[in-house]
Amino acid sequence: MNSHLRKDLEKLKTQILKVAISVEENVRKSVKALRELSPALACEVINADYDIDKLEVDTEEECLKILALHQPVASDLRFVITVLKINNELEHIGDMASNIAKRVSFIRTENPVPIPFDIETMTSRTVYMLKTSIDAFLQSDELLAIGVCSDDAIVDEENRRCYGNVAEGIKNNPDSAMCYINYLLVSKALERIADLCTNIAEDIIYMKRSLIVRHNMKDAIERIKSEYE
Amino acid sequence: MNATLEIEKKKHSNIMKESPEANPKSGPGNIVEASGFSVYYGKFHAVKNVSLGLERGKVTAIIGPSGCGKSTFLRCINRMNDLVEGCKTTGLLALEGIDIYHPRLDVVELRRRVGMVFQRPNPFPKSIYDNVAYGVRLKGAIRKSELDDIVEMSLRRAALWDEVKDRLNANAIGMSGGQQQRLCIARALAISPEVLLMDEPCSALDPKSTARIEDLIAELAGEYTIAIVTHNMQQAARVSDFTAFFYEGNLVEFGETKIIFTNPKNKATNDYITGRFG
Repeated sequence: MNSHLRKDLEKLKTQILKVAISVEENVRKSVKALRELSPALACEVINADYDIDKLEVDTEEECLKILALHQPVASDLRFVITVLKINNELEHIGDMASNIAKRVSFIRTENPVPIPFDIETMTSRTVYMLKTSIDAFLQSDELLAIGVCSDDAIVDEENRRCYGNVAEGIKNNPDSAMCYINYLLVSKALERIADLCTNIAEDIIYMKRSLIVRHNMKDAIERIKSEYE
Repeated sequence: MNATLEIEKKKHSNIMKESPEANPKSGPGNIVEASGFSVYYGKFHAVKNVSLGLERGKVTAIIGPSGCGKSTFLRCINRMNDLVEGCKTTGLLALEGIDIYHPRLDVVELRRRVGMVFQRPNPFPKSIYDNVAYGVRLKGAIRKSELDDIVEMSLRRAALWDEVKDRLNANAIGMSGGQQQRLCIARALAISPEVLLMDEPCSALDPKSTARIEDLIAELAGEYTIAIVTHNMQQAARVSDFTAFFYEGNLVEFGETKIIFTNPKNKATNDYITGRFG
């Protein structure tokens, strides 16, 4: 059982890494497509999402196979469960990247308006959170994971500001309402990506110490940080 | 001396031929308690300074690679190692606060209170009825109707009654391996033990018989305290409330099974149960 399980776990790690790389690349491309309002790049993102969906299904099947054939326990069990959850979250992130890409063509054809959120802060922070959460998983580093959770507040705040700006923009410039609404959807998608990265970070803490921190993250962060001080 | 222990000692004083000293470390929740307990076979130190309690009414699994001392420890609880030449123990192993290795302890009474089921089913070459009745008859004269009731109740508890009620006089040797093992469990239950020791009870059984024994363990838990030695990690995870991991004679980790199998504290435990060694 031993070497078979080891081999399958290694294979699973490679598999989830493939999903992570594809999703990260697609999120970066979607942000680039948004900044450049490039329909060609947006189209690439939308098409790549189908490949991500397929990878997600393959990874889930691999997890189910390991659970059924090897009945892993302890750290192996936590690893497989974490991959199962992260896989699902990465697929959702892929969907969000595709959503952002779909907004690009709408925004291009509407009356142009100033972007109602700080695109630099929001996109760079979200991409950074995604990259860090993947690194934290690969390195099993819960301090990196905690950092991801702390960053979420910045993206949330920017999304809230966007909502206010969009409301005001539509009131002052009703002809551009559709463009504003599309930007609001982009902002919401970025905020959702950041939330999903937080979920990944929580999964990593579970993987490391078998602790479910979903509903009391603040306390968990304090406790984990104090252990490292 | 703790008041609870004093009461327990009086209640069970019949186990001793003369009044013994009770173990001051025995907790009220633990029916069996080892404290700094060691076993030697000649110069070989098989169990090293183990401190461990078996909680009353719970199932404790003892796991570890071959030669780690888990069966030796189990067999000490009803002094099955007494006849092993060169076997010597130090430290304390107590049943309800009473030293199991006290020189004045009545070993027959100890084995009545602590039953044992072995790796291979070992029915006597007698009828099914006589197998179950054997230990009860040894305790002294008993009315036939009373004995019938005990045999039926024991076979029912061992989930065997429905299969054998019409052939109680048939020879037990003709039963299947799984049935023989349940018969051995019925035989152990017939003398109303408080603790049931199981040394790899399913290792010679097919999956269906194994599942029946596991179901039986779940049914008996609560009423009996069970300690089971097993090499099957999934079985330990399925049937036990607590798990003890032994390695090279040492008790490496002991705790709730759900913790041991999801988040063991010790790296060696994690490595063993995930199949990285052993």
